[in-house]
Amino acid sequence: MIRLVPRAEASAAWQFATPLLAVLATMLTGGLLFAVMGYDPVAAIRTIFWDPLFGMASSYSRPQLLVKAAPLILIASGLAIGFRAGIWNIGAEGQYIIGGITGAAVALAAYPSEGMWIFPAMVIAGAMGGWAWGMIPALLRNWFGASEILVSLMLVYVAERVAAWMAFGPMKNPEGFGFPGSRNLQQYPAAANPELIAGTGAHWGVVAAAAAVLVTWFLMSRHIRGFHIRAAGLAPRAARFAGVRPGTLVAFCLGLSGAFAGMAGLFEVAGPAGQITDSFGSGYGFTAIIVAFLGRLNPVGILLAGLLLALTYIGGELAQLTLQLPAATVQVFQGMLLFFLLGFDLLTRFRIARRITA
Amino acid sequence: MIDPLSVFLLLLAAATPILFAALGELIVERAGVLNLGVEGMMITGALAGFAAAHATGSPIIGFVAAAIAGAATAMIFAALTQFLLANQVASGLALTLFGLGLAALFGKPLEGIKAPPMTPGPFRVNWIVWLGLLMVPVVWWFLNRTRPGLILRGVGENHDAAHALGYSVRGVRIAAIGFGGAMAGIGGAFISIATVLQWTEGMTAGAGWIALAIVVFSNWSAPGVLAGAWLFGGVTVLQLRLQAAGVDVPVQLLSMAPYLATIFVLVLISARQKYSRRAGGTAPGSLGQNFHALR
Amino acid sequence: MNRRDLIASVAAMTVSLAAPAFAQDEPLKVGFIYVGPVGDGGWTYQHDLGRQAIEAEYGDKVETTFIESVPEGADAERALTQLALAGNKLIFATSFGFMDPVMNVAAKFPDVKFEHATGYKRADNVATYDARFYEGRAVMGTIAGHMTESNKIGYIGSFPIPEVIQGINSSFIHARKVNPDVEMKIVWAYSWFDPAKEADAASALLAEGVDVILQHTDSTAPLAKAQEAGAIGFGQASDMSNFAPSPRVSSIIDNWAPYYVQRVGAVLDGTWESKATWAGINEGEVEIGEITDAVPADVKDAALALKDQIASGEYHPFTGPLNKADGSVWLADGQTATDEELSGMNFYVEGIDAEIPQ
Repeated sequence: MIRLVPRAEASAAWQFATPLLAVLATMLTGGLLFAVMGYDPVAAIRTIFWDPLFGMASSYSRPQLLVKAAPLILIASGLAIGFRAGIWNIGAEGQYIIGGITGAAVALAAYPSEGMWIFPAMVIAGAMGGWAWGMIPALLRNWFGASEILVSLMLVYVAERVAAWMAFGPMKNPEGFGFPGSRNLQQYPAAANPELIAGTGAHWGVVAAAAAVLVTWFLMSRHIRGFHIRAAGLAPRAARFAGVRPGTLVAFCLGLSGAFAGMAGLFEVAGPAGQITDSFGSGYGFTAIIVAFLGRLNPVGILLAGLLLALTYIGGELAQLTLQLPAATVQVFQGMLLFFLLGFDLLTRFRIARRITA
Repeated sequence: MIDPLSVFLLLLAAATPILFAALGELIVERAGVLNLGVEGMMITGALAGFAAAHATGSPIIGFVAAAIAGAATAMIFAALTQFLLANQVASGLALTLFGLGLAALFGKPLEGIKAPPMTPGPFRVNWIVWLGLLMVPVVWWFLNRTRPGLILRGVGENHDAAHALGYSVRGVRIAAIGFGGAMAGIGGAFISIATVLQWTEGMTAGAGWIALAIVVFSNWSAPGVLAGAWLFGGVTVLQLRLQAAGVDVPVQLLSMAPYLATIFVLVLISARQKYSRRAGGTAPGSLGQNFHALR
Repeated sequence: MNRRDLIASVAAMTVSLAAPAFAQDEPLKVGFIYVGPVGDGGWTYQHDLGRQAIEAEYGDKVETTFIESVPEGADAERALTQLALAGNKLIFATSFGFMDPVMNVAAKFPDVKFEHATGYKRADNVATYDARFYEGRAVMGTIAGHMTESNKIGYIGSFPIPEVIQGINSSFIHARKVNPDVEMKIVWAYSWFDPAKEADAASALLAEGVDVILQHTDSTAPLAKAQEAGAIGFGQASDMSNFAPSPRVSSIIDNWAPYYVQRVGAVLDGTWESKATWAGINEGEVEIGEITDAVPADVKDAALALKDQIASGEYHPFTGPLNKADGSVWLADGQTATDEELSGMNFYVEGIDAEIPQ
């Protein structure tokens, strides 16, 4: 009989080995899937994992990895802090949408004036928007004991409808021939979030994502608040005796992750996405939850997990392009990768032992 | 003038897919498990149900196949969360992604085919609609009046205590997840077999996510689920009905309302529990937490 | 990676791919990005039939690829760039929301030709194309006006944009022409494709006493509902012939094949130039699917006669005298609407008792 014994501390060796094992397992089963579907498995896997990094057009796709990974990393960094404290914000998608809307609102209100203040003001508005949307579940939990998991999830739906309302109503581009969607902020220099150095893909959101990784690393390992957060997550009752006030912690974690998500939304609407449309929420907020767990709630892990997911997106597109793999096949492949990554994680937290029979 | 009966009959059909999925998710959540993969299981059911109905010419066999396919998809989630102790939120999201992809992949050969006809039930309303309504008292009775239902609630409320009493937390939860998958599968199949009569990629179009909201709205009770399904379905039906009657309605604001109502209900019941210390009738205590027996 | 490297590598790639592309035996590469999956049975499915028509027509002289289910916004820009980098010399972008991404990418690849469906922005290497769906709607309206017994016709709109409003007006004008008592009931689904909602929308119309349903959304759900209630409807985008002979009595089909074949031919013989194409029944871009025997012979003849008149240019579906819904004069007797007026259409014609949602 086999049984699982929890490890006192996550195994360092397995922490490195499990993602590799998971990727290998995905390559094997995914390869099998591709072969069954009648595609060359080796070519498909090379196209998804190798070509975006080192293939023919990699000088273009490598920077694109950053563009795709940045919002995921930025949002996941904020979420991971709350997750460590046992505070479950699963509504980052809503905070992302609202941040994009409030940020864009500043730009649209200022249009067409030029000024150095506009973009910074948008960033602040975006962060505040996300923060405010994140504070709703925090306050409802603190005041009434309402579950933040459920409130934050419900607020995603509300935010999606706010986006649709904005795109069809108050924010509709007056010069857009009646089509839904706001002005394109890429074409409004004072508000745009362009590539900072051409060819790197890096816009302000990438900078913010890098900063978020550093800040969260510092917070979690060097700051007293980080200690409180870890303590609250591991032993809530003991933490309370140590002077951690749960209400403050809830507000801090949901507010911070909301602000990060809101900023991600703002950088996206001012940069790659360009405008508020009814489908502005593109799932980054949900995917970031997966990124946070794949990264084991660790800042560096999140960085790598965000890049890995971005790789499968871009590699998946390449596979459609060069091998005519249907989009659905790529989606199934991604699903498998997530299953394996989530499943194999067991090995870092538990040790497999043989049950001793008396 | 809008005839209330006509709105109600519309509502019955419109609420059916989300009612099935939400009743399934209710059992899952009462067992202490949060499965966000409802959309993935619904679409698998929509495809498998349509395929079976088309192959056999029998919609009934289609619904049975949909239940089996939904449950089978749910088993991936069960394996991840119950044996490999993976995070439930992340696993559920991955399941949705996987289910949507898988259904699209296997659905290719079925595109553009029409489903076999179904004979309508009493009052020209589909049998499955009646089955969904029947499931409401059945689920209520199971949860509140049977011993297995009591055990299931115990597992969801406090898995450590249930384990200490000698119940198999894992076994109960796997069964609940399987039931949730089967119900989601039937809900999805209702869309493909009874509503659209065709298979199309992505045809559940977010219904699974609405089902999740309904469970919260229901305050984790079967009659509440019915009320929630009617509220969420009702707002859609009503706004479309008003539009058809030529009334100018703020569609986006109106469609936001049920979600705001859900938050309001959640706050109300949480506050009541917090301030009056009345037990029962709210979110299961172990919702979303994994359980690992140390011995 | 610095800027010079990127430019150099892109240039090298373009050269290495471009050079053989124009050699005698190398095929012309033609790329497509689709907003939905090719299996949607509607909009994207029809575009993909157009792509297949190119392959059938030119055989070895062309090589086509597509990327499906591309979200509008940032992902579209990347998908377009990937197609251009992969050596595609002609790229079709088949959704309105791809407009700004197409303009951005086209500016970076001046030697690649772009074709954008339903948009209004053009450049030297960006052409636009659209179909005069309202011509087909006139034929549908004629059939609907004859067939309705309750004198109530329902219309399921997707989004209140000019293209859809043209369709509503055109079908209403022609239904009224043959049946002065006709009323039109309009329901907006706020989606191009949401079977459950489309079914609800159809049910709502049927409950209002409607017995003919026109739809500008892509699923067969409204037809299924019509069948239940003994009403009739029309196929949309694709033929939906498996609902024939009733409830589907005819259909309006988007047929992109003639345009695609012609434009690829233009690139092959070097005569391609940027222009705005708005083709209709005459060019075969808007097709009327078989009118079934559920329609009496005289109605069928009337519908086909109208179709021929439109095709020959003898008759324009928007010919005065026509007033706007507010009673003001739009077109004087014999005057026809200009393309400019139509492409920004944001009003109903007189007789439609409803408001366009703002």
